Amino acid sequence: MAKVTIDGIVVEVENGTTVLKAAEKAGVKIPRLCYHPDQDVKGNCRICVVEIEGQRLLQPACAYPVSDGMVVHTNTARARKARYNILELILAHHPADCLHCIRNHNCELQQIVEDMSFTREIRYPYHERGTGLDYSSPSITRDPAKCIVCDRCSWACTHFQSCNVLTKTNRGFETYLTTEYDRPMAETACTTCGQCIQACPVAALTIHDDTTDAWKAINDKNLTVVAQVAPAVRVNIAEALGEDPGTISTGRLVTAMKMMGIDYVFDTDFTADLTIMEEGTEFLHRLTNGGCLPLITSCSPGWVKFCETWYPDQLAHLSTAKSPQGMFGAVIKEYFAKKIGKRPQEVFSLSVMPCTAKKYEAKRPELGRDGYQDVDCVVTVQELAQMIRSANIDFSKLPDTMFDAPFGLGSGAGVIFGASGGVMEAALRTVHEIVTGKVLEDIDFKQVRGLRDTREATITIGDLDVKVCITSGLANARMIMDLVRAGKADYQFIEIMACPGGCIGGGGNPYRDWTKVEKRNAATYIIDAEQCPIRQSHKNPAIQEFYKDLGVKPGEEIAHKLFHTNYADRGNLPK
Amino acid sequence: MEEYKFLTYNVGKLNPVSATEYATVGGYAGLKIALANPSAVIQTIKDSGLRGRGGAGFPTGMKWTFVRNTEADQKYIVCNADEGEPGTNKDRILMAEVPNLLFEGMAIAGVAVGATKGYIYLRAEYPYVKEILLKALDDARIRHFLGKNVMGSDFDFDIEIRSGAGAYVCGEETALLESIEGKRGEPRYKPPFPGVQGLWGKPTVINNVETLCNIPMILCMGADFFKALGTPQTTGTKLFTLCGNIKNPGVYEFQTGITMRELFEDVGGGCPNGKKLKAIQCGGASGPIVGTDKLDTKMSIEDCNAAGANFGAGDLMFIDEDQGIVDLCENLMEFFEEESCGKCTPCREGNFRLLELVRKFKDGTGTETDLDTIEDLASTMMDASLCGLGQASPIPLVSAIKYFRNEFLEGGNY
Repeated sequence: MAKVTIDGIVVEVENGTTVLKAAEKAGVKIPRLCYHPDQDVKGNCRICVVEIEGQRLLQPACAYPVSDGMVVHTNTARARKARYNILELILAHHPADCLHCIRNHNCELQQIVEDMSFTREIRYPYHERGTGLDYSSPSITRDPAKCIVCDRCSWACTHFQSCNVLTKTNRGFETYLTTEYDRPMAETACTTCGQCIQACPVAALTIHDDTTDAWKAINDKNLTVVAQVAPAVRVNIAEALGEDPGTISTGRLVTAMKMMGIDYVFDTDFTADLTIMEEGTEFLHRLTNGGCLPLITSCSPGWVKFCETWYPDQLAHLSTAKSPQGMFGAVIKEYFAKKIGKRPQEVFSLSVMPCTAKKYEAKRPELGRDGYQDVDCVVTVQELAQMIRSANIDFSKLPDTMFDAPFGLGSGAGVIFGASGGVMEAALRTVHEIVTGKVLEDIDFKQVRGLRDTREATITIGDLDVKVCITSGLANARMIMDLVRAGKADYQFIEIMACPGGCIGGGGNPYRDWTKVEKRNAATYIIDAEQCPIRQSHKNPAIQEFYKDLGVKPGEEIAHKLFHTNYADRGNLPK
Repeated sequence: MEEYKFLTYNVGKLNPVSATEYATVGGYAGLKIALANPSAVIQTIKDSGLRGRGGAGFPTGMKWTFVRNTEADQKYIVCNADEGEPGTNKDRILMAEVPNLLFEGMAIAGVAVGATKGYIYLRAEYPYVKEILLKALDDARIRHFLGKNVMGSDFDFDIEIRSGAGAYVCGEETALLESIEGKRGEPRYKPPFPGVQGLWGKPTVINNVETLCNIPMILCMGADFFKALGTPQTTGTKLFTLCGNIKNPGVYEFQTGITMRELFEDVGGGCPNGKKLKAIQCGGASGPIVGTDKLDTKMSIEDCNAAGANFGAGDLMFIDEDQGIVDLCENLMEFFEEESCGKCTPCREGNFRLLELVRKFKDGTGTETDLDTIEDLASTMMDASLCGLGQASPIPLVSAIKYFRNEFLEGGNY
């Protein structure tokens, strides 16, 4: 342990703790920009420099390790002068359009300006950084002019996702973060996961805005707007509107969407259950007929694109089941439209997702027919929060409303799709009963839960020992896929989610760090355990009714046509 | 003045690529001494008082101790041969003329700290030196001075040559390591220091070419002999590069302690065409620009520091009365603005702003307030930049303003 004095306050911390962390313990919050709690220390923005007795130069608090007896001053004239001068340099190279910037009031740079009460005139003329706005990706908008070169996006893309799409270019004043050869994002190996957006402290990387399209459809009298809401949204939307992370607000969410003028609000949990029926059937079929194993989940479009790009030779392992969003799109356009006597083109299919990759998925040619797409528009949690606020709604005061029938009923198994390990657990809850024909007494498969690490478990189902593996984050996925490719993965079933922690850590959510993702995770399992009378997909009466109405069983031809898809080889994408 | 040829004794006398020729004049005797008693090497280097010749002047023996004391399955010896400092050419001469002296120094370092692999990070702009080094390495391997069982011992040591793409910042030791690893040349945050976690995370000795060339000489001649050369705190000799407005530019070796005036008048022959000396930039592009009142400063780390000059890598640029200081500062700031790697804010943004401000003085629009801004910004860059580049790049400008303030305010007209 080390005794450290910070601005006169003595704290005792582990040796090697950074000055920044020790200072937090002492009640001193040092400004930081390139620091992110989920990431490695970079020490490059220098906004956190402090004076340490015995050191010739100022030192970055985020990186400097404490030692016993260290004395730190954060407010000497010298340290303050350096911090203000550095902030001035950053601001002089950053457009001052805060008032109508998407991150107004939600920007780390703006927060520092406010915290430091930086009000002085900037002594240097403004210059624009980079080569202009990149609007090419359906998921991610890149505005290099706002980049402050903190390198956090590149860290996330490299270390969380192993994709290396974003990297620094040029030197000195011209430096900024971009794609290789400055290609448009859409022409790179970007998986559209949006973890770079989550990492960005400013508005250099933001969610591709689709709220304008959504409002246009809502206000179009000739269109019936049918929305689906993903499992993770109910534990994220309140947070996006200023409440605590992990606040559950399912009922208020539906109320708000109804107030906005959306005609039908359905629950994607329903098609999560449908996914289990289709994917579970597919799994059992492959298991008993010598099909391609391990079967790997295909719910996460960022993961699917990653697989298509880096492992096109392994696509046979992917479940052919569409993602819950994809299935719901088909249900809305091919089934529900008829039910309400509309042509598919008269129904506007709107998705609310925690995910930027869903925007890309909705545009895949496989998820549409006859010139229209099954999902017309995807808004993320962040965008829905903007829509709610702009619709003059005070979310905190709303009463609860139920999802609309007939697709408002999902099981707890559908809810946990939002967390890493959830799809696997949901599948096991159903497959176990189908195989054994017996009621499962304990339906909690806690061994597959978790957020950060790769888990594996062997589940005994009747006479079968099924070895499963669950992971999230594409860097982890790459390790698993290298094993699969080498024939060294002795699993039968693998769940992979593109974003670390699963959908609750997705790119369309409020800005993440692990402590927030953990709270969203806890809330997800609370809904499953305490608020869902039905916790297994095949026991969802709406699902049973639906198959009966279609006149098919899971996996049969009509179901296959509607609910299954195929994949493309994207091995030639630049990488 | 007669040069004191200690490291450069064999320059021009030997076939550079022949290890055999080098051995016939006493080459590799130092390595033999080291192999006979590896544990004594570091103490000898410490006793000699040798300090790094790359510019920072860190005691070499102490650096090696860190690496020796760090447990690891692999350690590395890296020779910093990036020599990107404008106006410095000393390492080029050593490598092109006596490459075996460098190899021997690296092998001895390997013996001392327990490393079996060395890298020479060669400046990209020295392609002809690379050819010489490659041929010399081949020959040294054939004669068993490198490779498996060096000189019949059970010690293995081999050397590989790596080059970057010509970035100045890659002369910074951690940026150099990044570059060898194939990454963008950017400095790392220290700690951890390379001696603990260096190349590919392994304990690494990084020394300048000239530093390593001193090693065999110290082992052969003894620490006491070496220590008797030069000044008390900068023992030994130094290769000085003289450039700028001087009659005899070039690289000259002398014991440390020689004065700037001796180098300027007796060695360099003064300014050409009878011009008057106006200023001296000492220690490279990021060294201070000082007035002629510093001419009697002794060239040693301690004397230069006391006088507000800079010893650096031993280069002196002489500036005659025809040169404009503002022009010179603009030129230097253009260099640093171009060469900043862009990693940390003060250096990335600051060098560009200093250049903008200097240009105001060139076109006559600069004011006293702008001079204050330069000094204010410079102090932050020197205090808060990540590596030596941003910490040192404002030094010439700030020192020039101190000595030639009027020249700035007179719109760059002199």
